Amino acid sequence: MTEQMYSAMAQSIIDGESEEAEKLAKQSIELGIDPLDAINQGFVLGVDHVGNLFSRGDAYLPELVMAGEAMKAAVNVLETEMTKQGTERKMLGSIVLGTIEGDIHDIGKTLVGTMLSVGGFKVFDLGVDVPILTLVEKARTETADIIAVSALLTTTMVKQRDVIEALDDIGLRSAIKVMVGGAPVTRDWAEEIGADGYSEDAVGAVAVAKELLVAKGL
Amino acid sequence: MQPQLRILSSELVPQIIDEAFQLLVNPGIKVQLKEARTSLADAGARVEEEREVVQIPEEVARKALETVPHEFFLYNQDGEPSVHYGGDTVHFDPGSSGVNVLDAETMQHRPAITHDLIKVIKTADSLWQYDAQSTALVCSEIPKEIGDLYRLYLVLLFSKKPVITGAFSTKNTSVMIDMLAIFAGGRDALVQKPTAVFDVCPSPPLIWSQFGSQSLIDLARAGIPAQIVSMPLAGVAAPVTLLGSVVQHTAECISGMTIHQLAKPGSPIVWGGAPAIMDMRHGTTPMGAVETAMIDAAYAQVGKTFGFPTHSYMCASDAKVVDYQAGMESSTTAMIGALAGINMISGAGMLDFLACMSTEKLLIDAEAIGMAKRMLKGMQVHTDPLAADMYEGINFKGEFLKLRLTRQLFKEEQYLPSAVIDRGSIRTWQQMGATDTFTRAKTQLQDLLNTYQPPDLPLEQVAELQKLVSGLAKEAGMDQLPEF
Ligand code: B1M
Repeated sequence: MTEQMYSAMAQSIIDGESEEAEKLAKQSIELGIDPLDAINQGFVLGVDHVGNLFSRGDAYLPELVMAGEAMKAAVNVLETEMTKQGTERKMLGSIVLGTIEGDIHDIGKTLVGTMLSVGGFKVFDLGVDVPILTLVEKARTETADIIAVSALLTTTMVKQRDVIEALDDIGLRSAIKVMVGGAPVTRDWAEEIGADGYSEDAVGAVAVAKELLVAKGL
Repeated sequence: MQPQLRILSSELVPQIIDEAFQLLVNPGIKVQLKEARTSLADAGARVEEEREVVQIPEEVARKALETVPHEFFLYNQDGEPSVHYGGDTVHFDPGSSGVNVLDAETMQHRPAITHDLIKVIKTADSLWQYDAQSTALVCSEIPKEIGDLYRLYLVLLFSKKPVITGAFSTKNTSVMIDMLAIFAGGRDALVQKPTAVFDVCPSPPLIWSQFGSQSLIDLARAGIPAQIVSMPLAGVAAPVTLLGSVVQHTAECISGMTIHQLAKPGSPIVWGGAPAIMDMRHGTTPMGAVETAMIDAAYAQVGKTFGFPTHSYMCASDAKVVDYQAGMESSTTAMIGALAGINMISGAGMLDFLACMSTEKLLIDAEAIGMAKRMLKGMQVHTDPLAADMYEGINFKGEFLKLRLTRQLFKEEQYLPSAVIDRGSIRTWQQMGATDTFTRAKTQLQDLLNTYQPPDLPLEQVAELQKLVSGLAKEAGMDQLPEF
């Protein structure tokens, strides 16, 4: 019975059916299934499946994004329940994300955000044109593990360095990792400015974020 | 008769326009600049101040659109009209704002520097196929604050052709207009005979950012032509359907033109764009996809219904080297754009989703453009009767070469490609080193650069330009401008 439930959950994610996922999440609570089990043995398997297909070129962006949305819908329900029960879902880590000040390119950054949250991170997406201090301040108050900065213009890319310096200034450089990305950003640039991680695309960003956590010893 | 592609049926055009007007009211347009919202409100639009959303009734927009000029010219530095924005005139210019170049020696993509941009400018200057320059590359060694205007600086020094350009910040728009004014003989003279158009982008979906709206207003007031580059990205920042994206493009252009005309009625502005479909496997924005070109042709047709000048981004490829894919994507889209009668088609030379410029490709693309322009001349009636007279004395022999008419007309009938295009025999090809297109382009580029003649510019004005730009460079922390 529970096994069937888990596989239905995974399937709802694979199908990108938010309403179905939400319904199953509610049912699982009524059935007394531990919300953490529902996530880890049910829904997450669906996400992993779609993620793997996407990496192989057998699934497409709309499927990936819809899977992410369905996952969010389910997790929303289950997290509310966990708060009630006084338990908490252990996320891989938390990430403050944004497109840097002066830059309004949104699409790539949002994709990165979707992939990171689908990949098990708690993501605070601050949007576009985000001032350096806002990024740093948010990371400090949320005790985030990583700041992820997207930049699409050669004019704004330079400010990725400022984020690192701002962290330095307030003495948090060692506590918070910085990863950078965006079309003009290269590995060389990331190294030059002393960023901790760089990814060329959204799928790669998840792997990089995981490596950064390992580097932090988490 | 100029051959034409009209991709939309006559029923679809009014439906697209009608739906676009509906979008202007519901959900409305997000206009992030207070000044623009106020002027729209004064004209009769409804503004939700906290959400920065403006609902523009059809009458308000239509009234503003009435004053948009249906044609204008861009002038070269000699004061001659050399680009006609209007009707079905078709022009081409190189792609713009690339970050990398394809280094023909190493075959690597590397960040562009001054030397690369100069090469591009000289190439576009020398080839008749390019009617205008673009500010093609952002030079990596130049301080970012002046990166946009530095591109224009180089163009002004190395070419007299008009320029398709754009600024990266409000402050620099004004500086760039001043730079153009130096050679035009002041700002007023520049307005009379504009030598450049400035790209201005809405942000899909349906947003005019602070920077975008400010640029519209500043350019309108300055009387310098603006070019809307609306880029619905189908399936991500716009509806997945091609037609849905065309509706969004229409709404973004109409709202932009309304903001622009309200700032100064009658200022020139172009119905342009750089839309793309989204590749759902890679999350990229393919410029070489046929669907991208279909959106372009369709929105151009919509713009033409209003009688507006048009622009698009075509003749670019997403390939990483100058290979079959590059040729196929560039020439297909160039031809579609030409047939759609788009006034200015930007994009030649570009690879890798507009990120990388190859000067060799720019040279090869000139041949695709040459062929597209030949196509536009259409099937010409040179003789009447069409053929019968030419058989006189032929007597069933293949001796048409002996006819005076053949000698007279072959150059009009045939586009004569440069040596980049191989039409020799297999033996000639072998003797010439059995080269491929790219190799031939490398050789030809060298010849072209060796014979390039710099324009004769008035020294006083060159000095004034250099003073202006080196002053700004100093402020940006660069003691001396690069020597070239
Ligand atoms: C933290 O960790 C990470 C890790 C990976 C990360 C990451 C962070 N962030 C991204 N990634 C990576 O993962 C993503 C998914 O795989 C990828 O994200 P991307 O964002 O690269 O990819 C997206 C999924 C799809 N790609 C995109 O969304 C960008 C496509 C292109 C065509 C583009 C678009 C769409 C836009 N633009 Co703009 N735009 C261009 C772009 C050309 C290009 N080839 O990139 C580029 C970036 N733009 C450019 C320019 C010049 C401009 N744009 C401008 C405006 C816009 C629009 C608003 C119209 C629109 C954005 C709409 C939106 N809602 O986001 C202006 C600037 C506005 C501003 N202040 O930001 C303006 C200045 C134009 C003007 N004169 O007004 C050029 C930059 C040139 C330069 N040297 O810097 C440009 C390369 C095009 C060109 N050749 O002209 C990876 O980079």
